[in-house]
Amino acid sequence: MVLGGGDVIRFQNVGVRYGLGPEILHDVSLRLEEGSFHFLTGASGAGKSSLLRLMYLANQPSRGLISLFGHDIATTPRRDLPSLRRQVGVVFQDFRLIDHLTAMENVALPLRVAGASEEQVREHVPELLNWVGLSDQIDARPSTLSGGQKQRVAIARAIIARPKLLLADEPTGNVDDHIAIRLMHLFEELNKIGTTVVVATHNKALVTGFAHPRLHLANGELSVLKAGAPFAENEDEADAEGLR
Amino acid sequence: MRSAPVLPLTRDASSRFLPWLIAFMVWLAAMALAAVLVLSSFSNQWRNDLTGTLTVQIATAPDGQLATTERRLNRALDILRKSPGVKTAKPVPLKKISELLAPWLGRDVVTETLGLPIPRLIDVKVHPEANIDVAALWERLNKEVDGTQVDDHGAWLDKLIALAGAVEAIALAVLALISIAAIATVVFATRTSLTIHRDVIELLHVIGAKDAYVADQFHWHALNLGLKGGLAGVFLATATLLGLGSMWTGVESSLLPPVSLNIWQWACVFAVALAAAGISTVTARVTVLRALGRMP
Repeated sequence: MVLGGGDVIRFQNVGVRYGLGPEILHDVSLRLEEGSFHFLTGASGAGKSSLLRLMYLANQPSRGLISLFGHDIATTPRRDLPSLRRQVGVVFQDFRLIDHLTAMENVALPLRVAGASEEQVREHVPELLNWVGLSDQIDARPSTLSGGQKQRVAIARAIIARPKLLLADEPTGNVDDHIAIRLMHLFEELNKIGTTVVVATHNKALVTGFAHPRLHLANGELSVLKAGAPFAENEDEADAEGLR
Repeated sequence: MRSAPVLPLTRDASSRFLPWLIAFMVWLAAMALAAVLVLSSFSNQWRNDLTGTLTVQIATAPDGQLATTERRLNRALDILRKSPGVKTAKPVPLKKISELLAPWLGRDVVTETLGLPIPRLIDVKVHPEANIDVAALWERLNKEVDGTQVDDHGAWLDKLIALAGAVEAIALAVLALISIAAIATVVFATRTSLTIHRDVIELLHVIGAKDAYVADQFHWHALNLGLKGGLAGVFLATATLLGLGSMWTGVESSLLPPVSLNIWQWACVFAVALAAAGISTVTARVTVLRALGRMP
């Protein structure tokens, strides 16, 4: 079923619970329009990763409706989900690079999974690795790369297939501030060419330094804050307290 | 440049032990199959050799003279050859009888000098469509030549074929159990590999890999292991069967029929390797697809 044309992603009263445990997310409703850029903030354990997992279809909600690119996930046949996932790029907090593959092979993975030819792989992957400043690390394995280099390989992998939606979970958590700012500029460039971006972060300086609206999770509930909205005093600590 | 496989399945411990397990099971399966094929050949051979034949035994003459026994033999032959339905009736030569008795009584027992009361035998072939009344023929022979016995081999042939059939059934059951054990082993090894590579599989899932993309990697890996194990198992089975065949031929006894596999039977034994590769491939693929089917 096709819903809400123009929205990249839409949540309606979504709740998530793992097993018989407490509900991690309650009644989350949101709309991300095509070409939008949002930060996702909240204390550790507030449910940011759970929300992102729902967005990249790694989990199913316990209740509520999710539509991705206009497709209601609950009614979309399972065989059609891979083609939706290919339109979502994900940068994981822990990179999730495959250790026995080179940087080139890691970045090429989404293309190969989508059935791209080796010619396309050889044309696009080195170009992108050059763009993220890793042209001299094409054949390096992740174990020989620094945290920042791994992060850039992970970002290159997330964007190689030109996704419509880019989800980044703490993409600047393992890099120096100046690299973090470079990465943010990279995301903004992607956003300018039409990619919808969601960046989950704890980095208040980053959020205040870039004028984008903020999705804030506290006690499992989501609120949407305008760009430049100030952080509440001791926001993270207060949120974390609320979770206890 | 060929890229490395996304899932490093060849590094799993199962990649080292699975071919040996498959080789062992293929060896057992090939031996069981060879037993089935040989026993089936024996049954057919016995049936062909003995169906449509009778053995008539002429007791030694009361005076113990070979000449008298010879006359009784000729009289019985005369009756048999005139009986309707009888195709041929040939006396078994004394030399042949001597050979048959040699394992128990030694050579040259059928001589006048030793004087043992050895009965004479007549090998009778009947027309396949003729329904000879064995009891009536026996009675007619006994009227003219007393002490004559007629054996149509039916009783012991039926028992022998039933015994061969039972052994064949057991061998087939062994074959089925080996197949089940092979499937269980591959399922276990595949599940272990799925657990080991769970993170990579989840990553592939998230970046949009179809289940078939992941299953293909397990599929080709299992085919490779299955073929390696299967060929090793068939090689061992061939060596074992040739060794047994050589030992069998070395036993000089008329009790043991000659045993050898024809080209089609050898092809069946070799096909066990392909069957093992097929079973491991299909089992691994089905196991992976079922596991992936539980992912969102």
